[in-house]
This record gives sequence, structure tokens and C-alpha cells, in this order.
Amino acid sequence: MGGIHPKENKFSAGKKIIVAELPKQVVIPLSHYIGTPSEAVVKKGDLVKAGQLIGKANGFISANVHASVSGKVSKVDVQLDATGYRRPAVFIDVEGDEWLEGIDCCSELIRECTLSTEEIKKRIQDAGIVGLGGATFPAHVKLSPPPGKKADCLIINAVECESYLTNDHALMLEKGEEIMVGIGITMKVLDVKKAYIGIENNKPDAIDHLGKLAKNYPGVEIVPLKVRYPQGGEKQLIDAIIRRQVPSGRIPIEVGAVVQNVGTIFAIYEAVQKNKPMVERVITVTGKSAPNPGNYWVRVGTMLAEVAEVSGGVPADTGKIVGGGPMMGRSFMTLDIPTAKGSAGILYIKREEALRKPIKNCIRCTKCVTVCPMGLEPFLLMNQSERNMWPEMEANRTMDCIECGSCSYTCPSNRPLLDYIRFGKTTVGGIIRNRVTVKK
Amino acid sequence: MNMEKLIISPAPHIHGGDSVSKNMTGVIIALVPALLVGLYFFGLGALIVTLTAVVSCVAFEYIIQRYILKTETSILDGSAALTGLLLAMNLPSNLPLWIIIIGSLVAIGIGKMTYGGLGNNPFNPALVGRVFLLISFPVQMTSWPLPVPMNGSYLDAETGATALAMMKSHFGDLPSTLDLFLGKMGGSIGEVSALALLAGLIYLLAKKIISWHIPVSILVTVFIFTGILNLVNPELYASPVLHLLSGGLMLGAIFMATDYVTSPMNPRGMLVYGVGIGLITVVIRVFGAYPEGVSFAILIMNAFTPLINTYIKPKRFGEKAK
Repeated sequence: MGGIHPKENKFSAGKKIIVAELPKQVVIPLSHYIGTPSEAVVKKGDLVKAGQLIGKANGFISANVHASVSGKVSKVDVQLDATGYRRPAVFIDVEGDEWLEGIDCCSELIRECTLSTEEIKKRIQDAGIVGLGGATFPAHVKLSPPPGKKADCLIINAVECESYLTNDHALMLEKGEEIMVGIGITMKVLDVKKAYIGIENNKPDAIDHLGKLAKNYPGVEIVPLKVRYPQGGEKQLIDAIIRRQVPSGRIPIEVGAVVQNVGTIFAIYEAVQKNKPMVERVITVTGKSAPNPGNYWVRVGTMLAEVAEVSGGVPADTGKIVGGGPMMGRSFMTLDIPTAKGSAGILYIKREEALRKPIKNCIRCTKCVTVCPMGLEPFLLMNQSERNMWPEMEANRTMDCIECGSCSYTCPSNRPLLDYIRFGKTTVGGIIRNRVTVKK
Repeated sequence: MNMEKLIISPAPHIHGGDSVSKNMTGVIIALVPALLVGLYFFGLGALIVTLTAVVSCVAFEYIIQRYILKTETSILDGSAALTGLLLAMNLPSNLPLWIIIIGSLVAIGIGKMTYGGLGNNPFNPALVGRVFLLISFPVQMTSWPLPVPMNGSYLDAETGATALAMMKSHFGDLPSTLDLFLGKMGGSIGEVSALALLAGLIYLLAKKIISWHIPVSILVTVFIFTGILNLVNPELYASPVLHLLSGGLMLGAIFMATDYVTSPMNPRGMLVYGVGIGLITVVIRVFGAYPEGVSFAILIMNAFTPLINTYIKPKRFGEKAK
């Protein structure tokens, strides 16, 4: 249902992942987009090794944070991060590249996993793994269904439906076998017999490669999907693969599915088989005038400016720098911010493309309704948001909006539909939370 | 790279490039086959009527925005030109200039600008203009020139009854079904050729300017309703094929009822709207005083559009199938 097909512009597709040089300093954020910030367990002057715990998870919906490099903690302070806020982070001056004992850094594949379900879960939780699909939700939470709920299948999100981005694609081509082992481990944790890998068919090499590997892993099935944004949305992907629609306000486990991003699966493999916490990831650096579009292995906490430097610098005609994909990424006011676990890409958008066109009257063409993957009426929600009609917005299911931006993308009158809907969602969400509190 | 000049705005950061003028131009292109057939059968008169309507609609929009509302002009988005073209498509080719100009003024002035311009009008402006003329000048608006290929006459064109009038009064020789399909019959400039209008429909669907829901639901409803009547009494009621091919049904279903601004906002609503137009059209054609009722049917359903939008919602994701 709904959806759009923006020009793919995957300039870095098929390029080998380049290991970025070690930076001189890293700034590791203690909080990620979703979940409680972790607490620093190191202080100024401490010597740390790569992989060492520096931030302890604060509660269940929170994730551990580890040093991504070895060196000396220069300070624990606030730092402007990708969210646009100043938040706590650990600053480390890099000295050498020494890893904590017990972490296996060689690239040798380990297939066998003899750990029990509980041990695996503990390793995933200890390793501070968060979902790499965008929301950076702690992975161990999704792997622990609430009492009475049971998954019957695992769905791997390898859709990468955002244009420009190729980091998942590159990972699948280079770490296919590891991903298969990671899937097996995750299936064991969830006690499911079936796993589907959803890949859009603009990545035939990845479909082919994983398809061949899947023959040796019973229960794993590759599902090629038609290219369509936002198919990588959790609810959309479940619908596309197993034809079950997660009802409004519910989570995937209620229809028996658990979705994990393919990058998260690789991180699970590393945590369980190599005892390696989540301290590095693949980042796509791209854009129409990017000098050297490519995929890079980057340590968490490397400043974006350094990542940009490694890939040839910021092009002169850049008008906007986006962290992530063009449809859901955040625009940055500076590159002096650290990469986080959830940083998927740096995208340079040309100035003329970055400028919004003048807003015209809504001509009621229905295109926003047609493309909305949730079956909402964006034109109506925007009108209601402009007029502060919060109860009406709630009745028209504004909280179902996944903020994919298809409505704004498609609007012939250049109306900022999602801006207004997001604004309305914030207010309506607050009203709903207050109502729950009052009832209690 | 000057970081201080970076643009900061919320996602999405790209736009599909669609625009109001692209959609309006698309509809105008889709009307070209029907216009060419009109020019072929009604000659010079069709050319004069079309040019007058288009020029006066654009001129009235400009004058009203520039001198009365004192706002920026929007004539470049193509919507005024499209209103003029649609109005001309709904007029006989021997209509005097002054009547066309009045029709254009009503269409743009009353039908569109009084409500706040494009996007705010509840009724289809071209039809507001046409129905105003039909009620005010019934004689001129219902004397239909006969199709004479490539003729050079305008006001003095030879006239005759339309197929619908013949069906209603049961006299005269109806044109053959093939002539009806190709457009060799009396009628408004743009309505005669079902073939040309269907070509326009295919273009509109291929370019995703409109969806199939409105035209198909109207045509199917008319076909079924008139088919039932025809089965009950073939002597009294014309065949459904004749109903589909004659009068303004094709033009109305494909180009007038699908007007963005005045039609419902989701597929379910569009089906209700289309069925409503089909039913009202047949009721007027068969039981009413006028031989043709498409314009009235569309305007009546335009009035129901806000109600349809309020009570008929799109299929929500995760909604249980009933």
C-alpha cells in the first residue's frame, strides 16, 4: 500500500568497504536516540582499551557503551551530537590500537555456537547492541518478548529502501557468511524455525550471494522485494513478507514477528562469536557531487568531519549535509559532531536541491493519501495541525504516522506536510501520555 | 565549504519534482485528442470558441488577482487555461463570443476566485460556467451544429438535434454506434468522440495524474442502470452502449468529475462519488426534463464531497478486513 520510488542514486553500490584511518581523538556519546542514557564508568585520566566498558546501561531500555579505541580519557563532558542537543559523551585521546583481552579481532569465521539462549542474550546486552535500522532501539529488548508473547519468525531488514545509502548492501556482500551465522544465533534466541531476509531487487548481487549461502542454513529464506520506499519500515516489511499487518499502536511481536536490521545481525554475530562489543560500523559517504562516494568502516565516536576528510572532503556546492538517508535523515549544522552507533551515512545535498520551493495552495490531488503507507490523510492532518485541532488529529490516527516523508516528497504544491504532522504528533503524544498518567 | 551557510530543515530532504503546473499541463495534453476531433468536425467555430474561452478565463483570473485581490498572479500554473479549455469543451461551436465571455467570467469569478482561488472552490468552475449559461441562454446552448468535417462556418453553422435528444423524444435517425464512438455527431466541442476521450484517459492514468476510480465507477454505473432499464423495456429505453457513447458522459466522467479540487480524497470516497454521478445522470437523462444530466450530476456530487470526505476514510494500515 502506498509508497514512492525516488531516484536511487546509489553511487557507492558495489564499492568495497574501506577501513578508515584511526582518528586522533574520539568522542563517544553516552546516549543514543532512543532509550535512557548510559552512565559513565570512566573518569578523566583513565587509560582504556578498545572494547572496554565506558558507559553502563541505565535500566533495561538502555545500552552499554564501549571505548572504540585505546587511549586516555581526556574528559567526560557534554558534546553536540547528531540529535542537535548537547549531551554527555566520553572524550578519548587515541594511543595505539590495543584491544581488551578476550576480544577476537581476526576475521576468521566461527560457525559453531554452543552458548545457551540466556548466555547469548547476555552477550548481546553486554555488547551494547542497538538496532541499526534507524531508531537505535536496544537489541536485547526486542529479543526478550513480553510474557505470553512468542515470535514464530524472524525478519531480517536488508531492504535499504532509502536512496543513496549502500552500507547494508556492502555489508551483505562482504560479510554474508557472518550474517548467516548471526541469523542462526538470533533464531536460537527467539526459538523460531523460520527467518526471512527481505532485500529489494535493486541489489541482485546481494540477493544472489545470500541466496547461495542460505542453502546451507535451513529455515533461512531470501525474499526479493519490489523497490519501494518506505518498505524498510518495520510494519511495512512485515506486511510485505508475511502479509500480516501490525494493528495501530501495537508492536510486531503481537503478529508473531521480530524484525532486526541486517547490520544489527552482523553486530550480534560479532558480540556472540567474537566477544566484540559494538564499537564500529559501516558508514556510506555519498552525494551527487561527493568526490569519492564509498563505504567506510568507522569507529564509533569519530568526528564526522574526519570521516568526510577520509572520503575526499565536503564538495563546494553542498547546501545541506544529512546524517542518514535523504528521506528520514537529519540535517546537520556542523560536521563537528561524533558518529554514533546509529550513523548510517553522510549525504551531501547540492544547494539548489536543498532549497525548498514556495508553498502553494493544496489542490486536493490526493497524491499524499495515495502514497501514505499507513493509510492516513496527510493533507487533513496538516490542516488540523495548523489549526491546533488536537482531538481531531488523534481521531484521524496521526500517531500511526511513521514519518517516512512520502507525503511531503510527492506534494505538487510543495506543502510541508510532514513538518506539520510531526509537530501535531508531538503535542497529541503529550496529551495521550498525560491522560494515561491522570488515569493512574 | 562554508559551514555557516548550511541549510537546516527537517526531513525529507528531497522532493519528487511534481508541481501544480505539471499536473495542469498533463490534463491539457490529455485533452488534445478530443480537441483535435472537435476542430475536425466543427471547424472554425470550434477554434474561435476554444480560443475565446481560454483567453478570457486567463484574463479574468489575472485581472481579479491583480486589481481586486491585489495578490500575486497564479495564471502561470495553468489552472485558469485548463478551466477555459474545459469550459470550451462543454460548449456548442456556434456560441456567440459575448456569451462565452460571460461564461468565463462566471467560471473564474464566481466558480473559483470568490472562494479563494485554486484549491478552495467547492464546485467545478468550468461546470459552474457551463450550467450558468445553460440556464441563462437555453436556446443558444442547445442548438448543436452538425458535424461537417473541416467546415469554415461559425455562427451560421447548420444545427440539429443531439443523439440524446433523439433518444428522449423518440424521433429522428440515431447515428451509428461507430459514428458515436468516433465522434461524428452533434454536440459540444469536446464531448463527441469517445475514442479521443478514452485516449486522454489512458494518458491520465499512465501519467498517474488521476486514478481509475472515478471514471470507471461512473461509466459502470451508467452502463448497469441503463442496461437494466433497457432489459425491462427496450422500446422505451435506449441501449446502455448508446448512453455511454452519447452526450457529455465520457467528457464528464474522464475530465470534469475527476477535477482534483472538487472530488473526494480517497479511493473509497471516489467510488461512492462516481456511483452517485452515474445514478443522477441516468435519472436526469431518462426521467428528467433535460436530455442531458452529466453536468448537474457532477455539481450535485461536488456538493456531497465534503460529507464523503468526513465519513469515508481511506483503508488504514492494520485495519481489520470487514
